[in-house]
Amino acid sequence: MLAHGEGGRLTRRLIRERILSAFGNDILESMDDAARLPAMNGQLAMTTDSFVVSPLFFPGGDIGSLAVYGTVNDLAVSGARPLYLTVSLILEEGLPIVVLDRVLHSLAAAARRTDIRIVAGDTKVVPRGVADGLFINTTGVGQLLETPPPGPTALQAEDELIVTGSIGRHGMAVLCAREELLLQSSLQSDCGPLWEPASLLMDRLGTRLRCMRDATRGGVAAVLQEWAESSQLTLEIEETRLPVSPEVRGACELLGLDPVHVANEGTMVVAVERDALGDALSVLHSHPQTCDAVRIGRGTERKLAAVVIQRGLGSPQPLDDPLGAPLPRIC
Amino acid sequence: MKYLDEYRDPQAARKLLDEIRRRTTRQWTLMEVCGGQTHGLLRYGIESELDGVIELIHGPGCPVCVTPLEAIDFAQQLALRGDVLLTSFGDMLRVPGSQQSLLETQAAGGRIRIVYSPLDAVELARRHPDTEVVFFAVGFETTAPATALAVKHAFRDGIDNFSLLVSHVRVLPAMELLAQSPQNRVQAFLAAGHVCTITGYESYYDFADRFQLPVVVTGFEPLDLLEGILAAVTQLESGRSCVENCYSRSVRSEGNLIAQDIVREMYEVCDRPWRGFGTVPQGGLQLRDEWSQFDAAKRFNMNLSLPVIDDARCRSADVLAGRIKPTACEEFDRDCTPDRPLGAPMVSSEGACAAYYRYRNPQQVTSGG
Repeated sequence: MLAHGEGGRLTRRLIRERILSAFGNDILESMDDAARLPAMNGQLAMTTDSFVVSPLFFPGGDIGSLAVYGTVNDLAVSGARPLYLTVSLILEEGLPIVVLDRVLHSLAAAARRTDIRIVAGDTKVVPRGVADGLFINTTGVGQLLETPPPGPTALQAEDELIVTGSIGRHGMAVLCAREELLLQSSLQSDCGPLWEPASLLMDRLGTRLRCMRDATRGGVAAVLQEWAESSQLTLEIEETRLPVSPEVRGACELLGLDPVHVANEGTMVVAVERDALGDALSVLHSHPQTCDAVRIGRGTERKLAAVVIQRGLGSPQPLDDPLGAPLPRIC
Repeated sequence: MKYLDEYRDPQAARKLLDEIRRRTTRQWTLMEVCGGQTHGLLRYGIESELDGVIELIHGPGCPVCVTPLEAIDFAQQLALRGDVLLTSFGDMLRVPGSQQSLLETQAAGGRIRIVYSPLDAVELARRHPDTEVVFFAVGFETTAPATALAVKHAFRDGIDNFSLLVSHVRVLPAMELLAQSPQNRVQAFLAAGHVCTITGYESYYDFADRFQLPVVVTGFEPLDLLEGILAAVTQLESGRSCVENCYSRSVRSEGNLIAQDIVREMYEVCDRPWRGFGTVPQGGLQLRDEWSQFDAAKRFNMNLSLPVIDDARCRSADVLAGRIKPTACEEFDRDCTPDRPLGAPMVSSEGACAAYYRYRNPQQVTSGG
């Protein structure tokens, strides 16, 4: 009901019975207007993201786990240990309570798994038709490591490019889970946390690690385009090296999509100094979330195009933005 | 992946390329009819490998590209009525109409939904009995059986809030128009494999005979395309002009008889204006009179009296007829890009301009990528 978001008794009951019981911790349970956090040494990192995925539940995840991992991963690839999270819910009137409960428990489980504490939140209910079931915003605070990776401006020619798992799984799992698309498939989203492998990588490689980025909307292609722009290098990849599962490939072929443009939610692109490639791969292979990591290409001095891909027989071609149908909401 | 990798094997492709070069004594001019073939030729670098050996002219086989502006404008009017939900394949949404694209219509409040099959549109109509669901039926003989089936299902199940905005086109009349043209330079056609899967290729015998042009039924993967080119070159070099099937894993000479039956039951052949082409005699399909209740143009009084004209800068007519390559257009990659297209061939996943833009050689990139 709308009244659940109006701040009165119903709101308090919703928060107490549903939300606190799912997320409960001492900071949240004080129910103050602002969360009080302990003092910390060093720099903080902060990020925010909103999640509007449709459908709410998809093979391999749901909007709840996605809302945690999405924000955790943004902190992780920036070199920050995830510590605190805020969760804001926008609920469409009429959303079944069982759906809300399922999402809240998924949020809570994902937060426990990544060791991040949910310390503040907000709940609004909007009239039916104004939102699509449930939207979530999360803001994450993390503690920046002393020497986080320098970022894409530090990329140099000869640096190696790695992708940490088979690509396109999230986008295709969500697409195929939509009710309109009657594709039977065993596709699973890669939705998952990247902090552990990211931190292992930073420990082992130090400054030989240039940058990391989770390849969400726009896929691996979008990350490479941004990095090429920041570094003024040309990034070269080879199509045959891109790890793509037969399920993703089949679905992409059918729908005319290129996996390099399809979203991931637990897979990152990593750039490392050339002689650190072996170390980086062995670290990544030791963690289940990134055990399928492979080298996909490298940086070179700037040529005419920012990102080029070698396909088939001919010379490398510029990697372009996706054409054709826009994808539905996937994150 | 089975049925893909074996048709993309680079070593086998190189062998075929060598064989084509070996057999070719002069530069022949071939037209691949279908835009899907154009994309394959460019994506896999076949076009550039054969540069100077074979001239490939890109044909009009992009249904989204040849859908008349009037039909897009009418679809937009329908979407903006409020009581109509317009459903369409995703490709159609970015194609510019005379004022805007369907995607822009959607942003302006138009009710538009992408579906992946016309039967999904029937299902939407079933679930929303208060809404008129219209499916924008574009495509060659390949998609016509599915839209015919959708009408049949709607009729069978008594769904009276479903209709089709029909803009189906037929490929052979367009090939005839090209072949008859005094400016025709095409010496052999690579016929569209998926169209022939439905229609078969018996109807091409007369065409090949009349115009003395080889017709090779060709698929879409690199090896399919190379085998098609090799067969066409072999015919040309020996002075033959017959119909040959190089896509036998999908195509039989008589085609898919069940699909043909349902198309014949629901549709009749009509003259149709093709965008960039003018009216193609017998170039379209329309619903038969007995199914007119499912014809959105009749149901919602589509007014065809106002001719609409493409952006004058767009040379898609020349591109679709194979008179110029997309890169010869002054606006290519300047005022015309997939984000801001002047014409349909820059948008569609089968459009020749989009293929050239997407797979262009880095040396040709002028805007720095």
